[in-house]
Amino acid sequence: MIHSSTTSRIACLGGIYNNYLALEVAIRDARKRGVDAIYCLGDMGAFGPHPDRVFPLLSDHDVICLQGNYDHSIGNELNDCQCGYTDPRDNYFAQISYDYTLQNTSVESRQFLRDLPTEICVDLGPLRLLLCHGSPRRVNEFLWASTSPNHFLEHLAAERDADVVAVTHTGIKWHRPLADNRHFVNVGVLGRPENDGNQHVWYTLLETSSVDPLRVKFVPVEYDYHRLAREMGNEGIPAEFIETVQTGWWTTCLEILPAKERKQGRW
Amino acid sequence: MTCKEEIPSVEMSHLDHLWFQISGTFCNLTCHHCFISCSPQNDTFGHLTLQNVKDRLEESVALGVKEYYFTGGEPFLHREMVPILVETLRYGPATVLTNGTIFKDEWLGTLSEAEIESSYSLEFRVSIDGFSPETNDPVRGKGTFQRALKGIVQLVEYGFLPIITAVRNWPDDQEQEVVAAFVDRLKQSGYSRPRIKILPTLYLGAETNRSHTYHPTERVTSGMLSDYDQTQLVCEHSRIVTDRGVHVCPILIESPDSLLGQSFQQATTPYQLRHGACYTCYQYGSICSNPSSAK
Ligand code: SF4
Ligand code: SF4
Ligand SMILES: [Fe+2]
Repeated sequence: MIHSSTTSRIACLGGIYNNYLALEVAIRDARKRGVDAIYCLGDMGAFGPHPDRVFPLLSDHDVICLQGNYDHSIGNELNDCQCGYTDPRDNYFAQISYDYTLQNTSVESRQFLRDLPTEICVDLGPLRLLLCHGSPRRVNEFLWASTSPNHFLEHLAAERDADVVAVTHTGIKWHRPLADNRHFVNVGVLGRPENDGNQHVWYTLLETSSVDPLRVKFVPVEYDYHRLAREMGNEGIPAEFIETVQTGWWTTCLEILPAKERKQGRW
Repeated sequence: MTCKEEIPSVEMSHLDHLWFQISGTFCNLTCHHCFISCSPQNDTFGHLTLQNVKDRLEESVALGVKEYYFTGGEPFLHREMVPILVETLRYGPATVLTNGTIFKDEWLGTLSEAEIESSYSLEFRVSIDGFSPETNDPVRGKGTFQRALKGIVQLVEYGFLPIITAVRNWPDDQEQEVVAAFVDRLKQSGYSRPRIKILPTLYLGAETNRSHTYHPTERVTSGMLSDYDQTQLVCEHSRIVTDRGVHVCPILIESPDSLLGQSFQQATTPYQLRHGACYTCYQYGSICSNPSSAK
């Protein structure tokens, strides 16, 4: 675990999934808003094109990174992404993008991923903030809004003595204020749109001040998705993934969605 | 001569999934493969009351439970099933395992409103066997395929997206075709984006009359568990409440040694995997939970 210095406004980026175009826009936007630090909660690879374009951006802009399940897999050259899909079709598509990402991630980048910490503890003003990938107890646990009761989230936060816990991994953002002034936030992802028919993606600002102990702001990121789609096509990435980028609707990984989240999508 | 290997125990890391044997062993059907031999007459286990459930829900808050599951028998034989689910949705996500044959429109109307009002998901898991009356009805009873299909369509009409669970009763190499045919059939019946979960066969209860019981060598040993992700086992993160008390898992309630006590506190004791069914769990992983909470 890494302890960072005290800050009062930070940006949290969720899974990047090779989407270096959205990453660039998000970093620029966060800097413009005067954040003290930018964190990435893991899953640099998957889904998109040209995995190695993400890494120079992360290091040039001092983004502090965590290891997601994908990063653990790529870093250690495992056979699959450990995303936790259970449906054969979901697994089929996940494997295609995993094999592509592994093949196109350089030795240096793999080493970078392998050595990342799995969680980071930050002092956000007076608040103790725990950043992790899936959940504080499991890197690939899905924390969906509709299957995470308050008392369960309170248990996870209390177990780690955290005032605020921030996670990613599922691809859909949410914020839940809890008892004892605790908060749980899923910061969403930069890698692909949120299955709501919009093409933009999201990152999250966390801010503390004397007036407002915690302000959570979800920031939409408009990027050149036409270009991303074109590059995905040129790289031979399946049409199903490209369709998601172009339409904002998920076409794969659907079977892991709980009923409420599934109903919000088209497929 | 071989030495008997020590039987390993599994410790519950946290009570993530709280199950309720809500309608005991009462069911309107008498499926051949039912792993606890449910039937209209089987009163081995009785109904839980709405008050039982309320008390357990209230206790579950301090324990930080993640999800609530309801099984039977057929849960909708319970007169208070609708209020029970409505109450549960105030606490967290609820999943109900049903054979889909006895829904009333007014129940589904109330439940659909309750889910919209709740922050949490209500999942229906409807069990059927195979993709046609020819595969389903010999196991589950005459006419049950059509009735379950009707139940599924009813759920879809009320805005639900039921998960259809089928026990595997076809050869592995035919799986793709079997599932594709099944999906087509569901689409034709009006379910445009069917969700399907395939379960392994458990050789227990009525199933033992139909095929075979477990061979004595089909047991989990310490060696097998040494390099194994135990979170795959239901007993690692679940317990089930019946009218007798708290048991280790939904699969074994009929084994006397599965009853661990009356309170959740008593029921946290580690459990020895001495049953044949444990071997199936070991092989197939979290067979009882929803894909969205896959371990
Ligand atoms: S398998 Fe389900 S539907 Fe069939 S008898 Fe058992 S409980 Fe009833
Ligand atoms: S049947 Fe499965 S869930 Fe139940 S005790 Fe055995 S291994 Fe655990
Ligand atoms: Fe992930």
